[in-house]
Amino acid sequence: MSQHFHRKETIAVDSLVQTIGGQEILRGFSLKVYEGETLVLLGRSGGGKSVFLRHLIGLMKPVAGTISYEGKDIAVLEERELAPVRRSMGILFQNGALFDSMNVGDNVAFPLREHGETDEKLIADKVRKALAMVDLSGQEHKMPVNLSGGMRKRVALARALISEPRCMLYDEPTAGLDPIVADSIDVLIRRLQRRLGVTSIVVTHDMKSAFAIADHIALLHQGMCYFYGTCDQLRESTDPVIRDFVEGRSHEVP
Amino acid sequence: MSPARTAGHWLISFTRYLGDLTLLAAETLRGIFHGQVRMRLIVQQIYEIGYRSQLVVLITGAFTGAVFATQTFFQFHRLQMDTAVGPVVSVSMFRELGPVLCGLMVAGRVGAAMSAELGTMKVTEQIDALRALGVHPIDYLVIPRFIAMLISMPLLTMECIAIGIVAAYLVATQVLGVSEVYYLDNMLYFTGSRDVAMGLIKGMVFGILIVFVSCHQGLNAREGAVGVGRATTEAVVVGSLFLLVVNFFLTMTLNIFFPAGK
Repeated sequence: MSQHFHRKETIAVDSLVQTIGGQEILRGFSLKVYEGETLVLLGRSGGGKSVFLRHLIGLMKPVAGTISYEGKDIAVLEERELAPVRRSMGILFQNGALFDSMNVGDNVAFPLREHGETDEKLIADKVRKALAMVDLSGQEHKMPVNLSGGMRKRVALARALISEPRCMLYDEPTAGLDPIVADSIDVLIRRLQRRLGVTSIVVTHDMKSAFAIADHIALLHQGMCYFYGTCDQLRESTDPVIRDFVEGRSHEVP
Repeated sequence: MSPARTAGHWLISFTRYLGDLTLLAAETLRGIFHGQVRMRLIVQQIYEIGYRSQLVVLITGAFTGAVFATQTFFQFHRLQMDTAVGPVVSVSMFRELGPVLCGLMVAGRVGAAMSAELGTMKVTEQIDALRALGVHPIDYLVIPRFIAMLISMPLLTMECIAIGIVAAYLVATQVLGVSEVYYLDNMLYFTGSRDVAMGLIKGMVFGILIVFVSCHQGLNAREGAVGVGRATTEAVVVGSLFLLVVNFFLTMTLNIFFPAGK
């Protein structure tokens, strides 16, 4: 962990509070993510991991607390002021959130066109490369409705990566994928971090994937950060909550 | 809950709703002035709203004109005022029937489609995806629809009116035996640019109303397929009711600037 002390914090979240439908989802959640590292956020289903991720890109405003991204408090920014911040970030939604009125190629090209790129040849070239990266070469003309869940997710990943974000947020990137594709996504996340220094936050339940990609792991439990440390620290922990989670025990009797 | 309390709740939610619509309109204008106008999307929407609504609007206009001419003729014939059918039909088509019926048809066809599309995008996180990609959903979704409606609706209204007048003329002169020359002459004598202006203004106002009501319903859709269904129904119902209520006040106001009659 000491290797990170000299690094810059890309994201620093302090005492985040969020309530949905009268229920307190986050109760003073704090977390730091350093530049160029991959942080895996673990937690039970419905525990507020996705909600937390949505705060980081300004899709939700916290009830209390601060979210600093590259030194700037983004929790106080207005929708239009958030645009430049968002353009340096990418998010992979749980179900892809592809635009179903556009084909795969147009979906992936969307960020480029929207950010003012007009050279169609360059766009086509970048789209081809982005699709190749997620193992979907030549699928440009398919419509999202004709893709499987895993393929949709990979197209969404290509769309998020095409504008070369400095920070990537993944909401369960390997859920619903076969083990081989899941592994290739893990490799991709690793590769982006090593080659391009992309800071990543990955929300997942998949322990195998977590151990494969994480520099740091945080466990969100009852709205707070219950554990923060390295993979080894998590493996060695004797805390019952952590052990149950890592080993997937529910304590229910059949 | 006591009636007074219910009325209070209703009033508060209605005021809040009007406030939401106003904020949506303000944000749309802000986006336009920031130069966030996408020509390709506007053309696409003109095709969807304007071009593809024509059949519905034309049929509505034609049969309204025809039936209106027939009914007017039955009444006026007793008074030997057959040729008054022309001006009555044309003035009412321009000032009321054309814009209102065209508006109601567009609210049904286009309003429903808009709220269903935006609602589906909302519940499938596509609107969040837009935002996450640094694109303001109002700039991308509402502005093109707003501008397309602003262009299409007056044209559709005029089409509706024109075909209604033509249909009324044909029915009155060819079926009911009213004299062509007197019909036309009387119609042109009593119909003026003030009536055309009123039709155009009403058409445009109704178009704006439909866009904001439908987009607001779509952008605020919740809870999956049920939510989208509800948003779509409400867009059509609220849009149509608003249109009818606004039409009354619009008639009263516009009549000051464009008084009816010769």
